[in-house]
Amino acid sequence: MSESLPYKIVIGLEVHVQLATKTKLFCRCSTEYGNAPNTQTCPVCLAMPGAMPVMNREAFQLGMRTACALDLQIPLFTKWDRKNYYYPDLPKGYQISQFDLPMSEKGTLYISDPKGRFEPKDVGIIRAHLEEDAGKSMHDEANGKADSRIDLNRCGTPLLEIVSEPDMSSPEEAKAYLEELKLILSYLGVSDCNMQEGSLRVDANINLHIETKNGKIATPIVEIKNMNSFRAVERALHYEAPRQYDIWQETGGVIGEISKETRGWDDSAQVTRAQREKEDMSDYRYFPEPDLAPVTVTEAQIAEVKASLSELPQQIRKRLQADYKISEYDAEVIVNQGQATVDYYEALVSKVNDGKLAANWITQGVLRILKEQQIEIDAFPITTDRLADLLSAVQNKEIDTTRAKDVFEKLLESETSVADMMKEMGIEKVDDSAIDSLCRELLEANPKVVADLKAGKQQAVGSLIGQAKKKNPNIDPGSFRKLCLEIVQSM
Amino acid sequence: MSLSREDVEKVSLLSRLKLSEDELVVMTDQMSRIIDYIDLLSEVNTDDVEPMTHAVEQFNVFADDVVHQSLPRDEALANAPKRDDECFHVPAVLGD
Repeated sequence: MSESLPYKIVIGLEVHVQLATKTKLFCRCSTEYGNAPNTQTCPVCLAMPGAMPVMNREAFQLGMRTACALDLQIPLFTKWDRKNYYYPDLPKGYQISQFDLPMSEKGTLYISDPKGRFEPKDVGIIRAHLEEDAGKSMHDEANGKADSRIDLNRCGTPLLEIVSEPDMSSPEEAKAYLEELKLILSYLGVSDCNMQEGSLRVDANINLHIETKNGKIATPIVEIKNMNSFRAVERALHYEAPRQYDIWQETGGVIGEISKETRGWDDSAQVTRAQREKEDMSDYRYFPEPDLAPVTVTEAQIAEVKASLSELPQQIRKRLQADYKISEYDAEVIVNQGQATVDYYEALVSKVNDGKLAANWITQGVLRILKEQQIEIDAFPITTDRLADLLSAVQNKEIDTTRAKDVFEKLLESETSVADMMKEMGIEKVDDSAIDSLCRELLEANPKVVADLKAGKQQAVGSLIGQAKKKNPNIDPGSFRKLCLEIVQSM
Repeated sequence: MSLSREDVEKVSLLSRLKLSEDELVVMTDQMSRIIDYIDLLSEVNTDDVEPMTHAVEQFNVFADDVVHQSLPRDEALANAPKRDDECFHVPAVLGD
């Protein structure tokens, strides 16, 4: 795809993830979302003089878990710093963050695309560090001159900022990185990753590398903000790359000559727009936070966290492919649904001993229903026991796949057992002698089909299967077909 | 002088302080003297001294993740120069 473009796209992503703690990073106010404004504050998060922050143990643990899952190295010593800027939703006048000694650095995240739109690759992660969130400013859109209202409930909520290397070279790769990261975070259970509630926020840095007669040049970096979904990230990047190319053709401006620009994504207009620069905001005058003790970690603690990690998505995909002989695509579909779907799949396979069959029924049956009914797999009405009974009936040729799908639909609406449901629907196994006599009867009545079959046209048997199903809907088309061909061969 | 007038102008902008011409002159002088005084430290030989990141030799001070009662909203908003029943009020913040 990108071969046809006159430039190479370079993308790096900054992701802020809200960690799933009960309390804030440096005080014990609740982090619960959606409560009345300013009901979750205390002297620490209101920045009252003399109030002292104390680090949340759980937040540090969740940070360590995430760091280990992303193959980040965890230094044995880490500390906190003040990032100074004035904004009404930041009452202290500084954000407690990590500057030169973050809690983790140098990791990777593997991305791939079962649809093959890009080559699989490891995206580098520069660092992941802990910091506190700011409050929320509410502006009166209709009446621009009115006061802004400030809610400090969110102020001090723990965030993990995960900064990637500029290793992605297309909007599709960027989206895949975000989806895989979100999947890992939800498998780890370290965040609910709810973008609507702001638990996962993405800023994208993008510029272009262009080959010119005078060598390679790079366009100035643009940081895009205000993207509220992964699809918005993908679209914003698709918009931004050609825009930068056009600007470069017009002005010839390159990185270094022109400073970094911040642009906001306007989802309704589907464009990025220049944002008002906060004057000299880049000068954050970081210095060590004197109110918080540094944290030391031992190798033993890191090993303990690593050992406690559950299996990660990419490991599960590989294991499912190896253990159950399913395709990379099927493994991807199942694992990307989350742990509960993987559990459902594995429970089903253990009962039917056929990985491919179980995968087909989940990807084409179960997941379709979940999507249609907008429910999670935990609320899916057919238990693995019942679905296994149905698949066993298919395996034992008591029922063909088409009729099994009818039974499946009926099972969705009742709690009847598979055996009872099949009885109710008049489905029963046709014994071999009945198939045999039906075969001979139909072959005798259709000499032309017999002649075609003898001439090697195997597809001619299709019309017989149709007639057979009319005479007895319980006929298994596979067995019927096989028997017909055998009889004709021996004629 | 270790600080220029431009340095002080920049710091005052970052701190959202509007200084008059006279104040800028005074501040440039006073802040320079503070910096010069602190600069005395650079005369100390630190070749064999471990870098220090914190004044107190204390590490790993944690609290458990257990919710404590927050302030009643009226108390939280009590010191606000301008407010309504729910929120602090500040002069309109343009954009983000």
